[in-house]
Formats: sequence, C-alpha cells, structure tokens
Amino acid sequence: MTAAAERSGAASAHRIRRGTLLRSEQAQGIALISPTFLYALILLVAPVLVVIAHSFWTQDFLTIDRTFTLEQYRIALTEPIYRDLLARSLYISLTVSILTVFLAYPIAYYISFHGGAHKSLWLFVITIPFWTSYLLRVMSWKVILGYNGVLNSGLMGLGIIDEPSTSFLYNTNAVIITLTHAWAAFAVLPIFVSLEKVDRTLLEAAKDLGDGPIRSFLRVTLPLTLPGVISALLIVMIPTVGDYVTPKLVGGKDGVMIATAIETQFKRGANWPLGAALSVITMTVVTVMAASIVFVIRQAGRRVR
Amino acid sequence: MSRILSRWLTVYAFLYIVFLYLPVIFLPIFSVNTSAVPQFPLAGFTSKWYVELPKTPALLDAAWNSLIVGLCAAVLSTILGICAARAVTRYRFRGRTVASGLIMAPLVLPEIILAVSLLIVILSLGLQLSLFTVILGHVLICIPYSVTVLNAGFEGFDRSLEEASADLGETAFGTFRRVTLPMVAPAIISSLLVSFTISLDEFIIAFFLAGTEVTLPVYIWGQLRFAARLPGVLALGTLLLVGSFILLSFAEIMRRRAQRRIQMGGAIA
Repeated sequence: MTAAAERSGAASAHRIRRGTLLRSEQAQGIALISPTFLYALILLVAPVLVVIAHSFWTQDFLTIDRTFTLEQYRIALTEPIYRDLLARSLYISLTVSILTVFLAYPIAYYISFHGGAHKSLWLFVITIPFWTSYLLRVMSWKVILGYNGVLNSGLMGLGIIDEPSTSFLYNTNAVIITLTHAWAAFAVLPIFVSLEKVDRTLLEAAKDLGDGPIRSFLRVTLPLTLPGVISALLIVMIPTVGDYVTPKLVGGKDGVMIATAIETQFKRGANWPLGAALSVITMTVVTVMAASIVFVIRQAGRRVR
Repeated sequence: MSRILSRWLTVYAFLYIVFLYLPVIFLPIFSVNTSAVPQFPLAGFTSKWYVELPKTPALLDAAWNSLIVGLCAAVLSTILGICAARAVTRYRFRGRTVASGLIMAPLVLPEIILAVSLLIVILSLGLQLSLFTVILGHVLICIPYSVTVLNAGFEGFDRSLEEASADLGETAFGTFRRVTLPMVAPAIISSLLVSFTISLDEFIIAFFLAGTEVTLPVYIWGQLRFAARLPGVLALGTLLLVGSFILLSFAEIMRRRAQRRIQMGGAIA
C-alpha cells in the first residue's frame, strides 16, 4: 500500500490516507461497540425471536408441538378474560403516562427556569425516591390506602369519614396512583433535558414581540419541548403496561393486569405458547398505541406553530 | 403576572416533593413501631424488628446472593457500557444509531417480557436457573443506565489530550490507561454504583430467573404474603433505603467530579 501511495501523486496519496483513516475509524468503532451489541443481540433479540416463534406453536403437557398455528392468538384475542386484562393494562398505562407527564412538566419547568444554581441538586432530590426498593414503595402505598391505612385513619381523625373506607385499595385507581408515583422521576428527566435545550433568546423575542407569558409558553416553549414530552410518555407507558408488582399488591381483583396472565402461563399454567402469544400481543399493541400517540402529538405540535 | 406564576410554581414544586417522599417516609416510621399493624396512632418505639433481622438465616442468604449478583452485574455492565460509550463518543461509524438503539432497547421493553423471553431460552437450552442466569438478565437491563452515565462522562472529553499522548509515543492502550482512564474514572465509579443499585432493587427478572437461590427483593416478595412479617420487611426496607441513598449520593458526587474534571481539562486545553 505504501508503494502504491508513493507512485501516485500527492493528492491521491492524501485521498488514500483519508480513505484508510475513515475505514479504520469505521472498523475501530464497530470493533469497540460489538461486545455490547452482541450481548444485546444474544440476550435480547434472540430471546424475543424465540418468544415470537413459541407464540405460533402449541404445548401438550411438557412437549412443544412445533407445527405452525394461530390457535394461541385466537385464544388470546377471543377469550374475554385476556381481552379485558389487555384493555385494562392499556388503559392504566395510558392514564399513568399522561398523568405523570402532566405532573412532571411544571416541576421540570420550575427546575429548568427557576432552579438557578441548584438544578442538579433538585434533580438528585427528585430521583432519590425512585432508587429506593420498588417493592417497598408499592408496599407503602398499600399501607397508606389500606382499610387500617394512613389515609383512612387520617380522614377519620379529621372527622371527614366515620368508618374506614374500602374504596381506596384493591382497584384500578390504586394501581394508577401507585404507578404514577413510581414513574414520576422517569417523566421529569426527559422533559427537563428538552427544556434545557430551549434557546432563551427565543422567549425574549416572543416577549419583545408582545406575547404574554402564557402565549409565549404555548407558542415557543411547549412546541420546542414536545420531543421531551413524547419520550417521557413513551418511557412511562411502555414499561408500565407489563407491570406485575403493583397490580398484585394494590390492584386486588379489579386491578389485575396482563402481566399476571403472562406469568401464570409461564409458571403454574405451563402453557408457554399462550404466554408467548400474550407477550407478543402486548408488545405489538403498546407499540401501536405509542406510535399513534407520537403521531397525534407531532400533528398537534405542527398545527400550533 | 409572571411573578405570581413563578410563586405558584415554587409551591407546586414543594408539593411535588412531598408527594414523592411521603410514601417513602412511612417505611422508617412503621419500622420502629411496636404494633405489627401499620396504622396511626403509633403504638410505641421499638428496635426489635431490626434486632431480629440478623437472626434470620434466609434473609442473610438472600442478602449475600444479592450482593454477589449486584457486584457481578455492576462490573459486567460497566465494562460493556465502557465499550459502547467509548465507541459512540469517540468514533463516527455506520450502524452507530442502530447499535446504540438496540443497546438502549431494554429501557423501553416491559420487564416481564424480557424476563419470560430469557426464561424460555434458558430452559429450552437445558440450563439450570441460578444466580448466574439472574446476573445475565441484570446486566442486560443495567447496560442502558451504564451507557447513559458513561456517555455523559466521555462526552466533552478533549480528544487533543489523547492525540498529544499518542504523539509523545504512548501506545493506544497506554494512552487509555494513563490519559483516558484517570479522566473518566469518576464516571466509571458512578456507573458501577448505579448498576449495583439497580440490580439490588430489581425484582421481576430475579423472580423469573432465580432458581432455589433467591435475591433480596424475591425474599421480600415472599415475606409480603404474611401480614405478621410486615414490620421486619419495613425494617429491612429502611436499611436498604439508607444503603441506596449513601451509594447514590456517592455516585452523584463522583459524577459531578467527573464533569468538573472534564471542564478543567477543556479549560487547560
């Protein structure tokens, strides 16, 4: 290669050197990322593909019959129980993600615009509860909402109610409250990041051109932070749809979600193909829901501008 | 007008913090309550629930298992995270977006689906469920967090320092060890602490992939079925809370130091 470079002119030598440099940059980058990439490929992509394959098979006691069939999907989509669980899971994850984003936006705004020198301290304070044991955070909601719980004894102490109410715990709302609390920090961070990127001179321009604080927020800040809002929605919605712990602990009979059905098929029920089909359907439906929300928000954002 | 708004925002911010912390605060409160039923008014102060903790062999085993899993997951995910973060921040190459997208994907997948898909593969291959399989799963979910922490540490890192080192005759490995590593050490420590904390707290994957040896959250899950064991669980939870708080404060201090170091490096250059 050196000989070839010497024979050609200076310009082409330069081009060749740049070519090898680029190629080596390409090669080095790929070589460096490949262990992590392969890990994700082997432990994430391959297992998900295996789940998808299982969803087209059937199981007879312990043996898996590998003939292609849509039977599991028929069961999963027509049995009322699975349909109800799926619908409830989607409703809960949608409500929770919208609630967390609504609650998180003002706080992210406050930190970004009024946090001053203490921005990272504020973020730290907000993320701390998120790092405490998830199980125990859910458990403490049970303690709060329960029959002998903090809320009931507090309301009785204040004389608002005469006897403990059973309507706080073991229902869909208890699941929604608990999940909204549990995922709060996840919504604050992406919104905060997008607020930090907002060019402050644009806001001054809006003010100089006569926009009040609310108008300039709606026409400048909010549209510019929509990407943060979207990622906050997704980062809450997609994992919560498959939450297992919260419905088990505070959901009761009316708060069961799809994860419980999936778990049953893989553990006690021992029907892997049906569990696999339920997993695939959950993933697909939540992806479609997420994609359509992104689409709607983008459209709305365009109209505002 | 905007002053009124900002005053309301301040009020809201403090209410939000109360909402975040209120449930967490009940754990330590009821963990020192004499009554086994968590309700007000408190019956009296006791430390008996804490004293009983070290006398429970199953708990100690679970804690030991969690420690092993957490350490292994932290080290492995940080090593893999370093590879990915370094590749993404240092090199421009084709497939960068796809590769890092896949690496971050566990963040936006329901954990139960990760857990069952790993379970199917492990059992189909005829492997035994053990702490090792839990570690495999935990590394997968810790990597996105490691990469995020490390990316922040590697970004803004001044390449001219590495070039200077190479020009002065250091090998690639020597440059990494003597120039890059000291600069990014705080980010690495921060990544180790964050992934350890995640692994320590992770339940679903451990619930599905642990065989007979359970981790702390799986042990706690088993205890939650018995109302009488609740105070003990609350005491354990309080200890874990304090432990994670110390680890994370340390991680945060490290992260800030990393930022300052990189800024200083930039200032010198």
